[in-house]
Amino acid sequence: MLTKKVKNRILFLIFVFSLSVVAVIFIVKSLNKNVLYFLSPTEINQREDIQFDKAMRVGGMVKKGSIIINKKNIQFIVTDFENEILINYSGTVPNLFEEEKGVVAEGKLRDKNFFIADRILAKHDENYMPPEIKEIIKKNAK
Amino acid sequence: MLSNIGICLIILVLILSFLIIYTASIDLKISREAIKKNIYKLSLFQITFTILSFFTLIIGFINSDFSLINVYENSHTTKPFFYKIAGTWGNHEGSLLLWINILVLFSYLFLVFSHTHDKKFRLYTLIFQNILILGFLFFLLFNSNPFNSIYPIPLEGLGLNPILQDPALAIHPPLLYVGFVGCSIYFSAAMASLLSGYGGKSFAQSIKTWVKISWCFQTLGIIVGSIWAYYELGWGGFWFWDPVENASLLPWFAITALMHSLIVLEKRNTLYYWVIILCLSTFTLSVTGTFLVRSGILNSVHTFASDPSRGVYILIFLSLMIFSALTIFFLKHKKETYNFNLKSRETFILANNWFMAFFLITVLIGMLYPIFLDVLTNEKISVGPPFFNIVIIPLVVPFLALMAIGPKFGWIKSQKKIFNKILLLTLGAIVINLLIVYFFGKYSLLSNFIFIAAIFLILYSFLDIKKLINNKNKTELPRVISHLGFGLLVFFIGINHQFSLEEDFNLKVGEIKKINNYKINFEEIKIKESKNYKAIIGNFKLTNVEGNLVQYLNPEIRIYSNPETLTYEAAIKTKITSDLYLTMSNVSRSDYYNIKFQKKPFMIWIWISALMITLGGFIRLTLKKNED
Repeated sequence: MLTKKVKNRILFLIFVFSLSVVAVIFIVKSLNKNVLYFLSPTEINQREDIQFDKAMRVGGMVKKGSIIINKKNIQFIVTDFENEILINYSGTVPNLFEEEKGVVAEGKLRDKNFFIADRILAKHDENYMPPEIKEIIKKNAK
Repeated sequence: MLSNIGICLIILVLILSFLIIYTASIDLKISREAIKKNIYKLSLFQITFTILSFFTLIIGFINSDFSLINVYENSHTTKPFFYKIAGTWGNHEGSLLLWINILVLFSYLFLVFSHTHDKKFRLYTLIFQNILILGFLFFLLFNSNPFNSIYPIPLEGLGLNPILQDPALAIHPPLLYVGFVGCSIYFSAAMASLLSGYGGKSFAQSIKTWVKISWCFQTLGIIVGSIWAYYELGWGGFWFWDPVENASLLPWFAITALMHSLIVLEKRNTLYYWVIILCLSTFTLSVTGTFLVRSGILNSVHTFASDPSRGVYILIFLSLMIFSALTIFFLKHKKETYNFNLKSRETFILANNWFMAFFLITVLIGMLYPIFLDVLTNEKISVGPPFFNIVIIPLVVPFLALMAIGPKFGWIKSQKKIFNKILLLTLGAIVINLLIVYFFGKYSLLSNFIFIAAIFLILYSFLDIKKLINNKNKTELPRVISHLGFGLLVFFIGINHQFSLEEDFNLKVGEIKKINNYKINFEEIKIKESKNYKAIIGNFKLTNVEGNLVQYLNPEIRIYSNPETLTYEAAIKTKITSDLYLTMSNVSRSDYYNIKFQKKPFMIWIWISALMITLGGFIRLTLKKNED
């Protein structure tokens, strides 16, 4: 027979093990729920498995002359020089938000050409371009 | 000129490191009590030359000596004097030199102040520390040399990113570096302890002070960084779960766990191998974090110096570090028996370690998952704040409760009856929570639990303080202050989160906007010329419903000339009960200004309570040996 001490230890180990299993499942589940996919306008245009109720990030360049501002919100077009998407945003924009500069918007798709952003991401470096956008531009330059 | 002096000094330090390793390994074989005088001398030379090299770079920045590429790229003659100096560590190369300075400084200080400990242990520590120093010196020389010269010498520098020209950000890197790089000394000490067999209680005593110092500075550094983010970045938040912030949090979790379990090792002489693991992982995590961010593998909204070529070198160095640490660990590992009673202080300290480990793993997964997915599937994703909030916040509830109860238990086996007290305080906390709900508004079930747990910890800490004053006992004071600080921090963050008012809108000059009980009148804009920037200052009059003046707010848009950058300076009015926060921006020079108005309750108290956590640590540093 197992002594009391050994029994206790086994129980303790089982307890710790199941606890860590639960913890890992919990972490992975909430991870899957809360990741934001980064897509370019072209990808949005081409992909068929896009979820409209899930938040995502869209990146590209702000099209020249496309920024319209009124009392409530800001509208602009993001382009990857192949496809475009119209973005509607109400809120403050970061200081490097400008025409013909890179931008990343976070929010939800209304349809394939219209995006409601609830955050525009900032980068505090004038030479900066998000790596995702750099790649898009490189791809399109070929 | 400076370039040559700097490189010579660095090479001298490099040679001295080799000499120290050589003489120390010879001295290891000699069975004498004391360490050879030579080694002290070599170390003294080493630290002198290292500091001199850093001063050389500072002089380069002060004199705007643009023959140094580093100065040319990061400075400008019109920059204010203070930021010329701060610019020294405001870039990758300079900060690496600072990093090496701290490595060498800690190496020297440890050698001098550890004389009561075993000779072999001290020598091994010195050897490992110098191996680390060598690794970073080579990195500095071959990849990121701040003393590289440029010819022809440019007449003017490119300037420092204006957003870094801020007092909080000037002191933030040195603080964090003392915290992060300070961990190196007990990384070396842990390796030395394994090799020399100098473990247990005396090992705990030898690294105690260093752990405390680096913990204090790390905590302070993180706080200063988030204060900077609050008033400089203009979104009004102070924590973003951004990769850079996460990178600083990882070693903090490890070091906090270490600080607690070290007490167990010192008092009960157990958990030795666990402490070693924590020692090794703290510094490893510091290096990993810093260089994941520096190499641009992880990208963040606020990294300032990133370059992929650094990644490879650091990756090799890091893998060598981890590999050798693991090899030595498994070679020297012996079975340790643990015999813990459930109702004892050591059990609760272990519980703290479990929580810390859980937080650490969560943040690590959230940080690394995007990298893995990118490599495996080429999908670009980012893990947002909701992930961290959902996983971490529920666990804060039991964590807070244990923080209050744990220290009440004595070592080994405690007979104390504290059940009634706990019940009473829980009731008190529930009542206070209900009062808050009643007077200020409802919030979610989870928030209720968090408030109750936080208030419970705060109440318990107040009782502790009362007891301490009666007993005139100083030993427990640091712990109570830090734990109370943490309780208050959670409480005020909760209040702030629940009752903040935030509103974004666009206004033209002369227009008025109504928000809740406030009216915001955009009266005018003024233009002001300053030494290195031009500012557009908005004048906003904030009145309440009755039309009484509450506050004038003057946010700025600054246009810096070198380098040409726009920054938005938020107008922040701090009061005891709340902060008023207003930022103004302008898009494509339209008539509309983009305004963000926030009223954030108890902002100042968040900083105060966070500083209390650090204060506890600093007080503990001042305690005398017998009091701690």
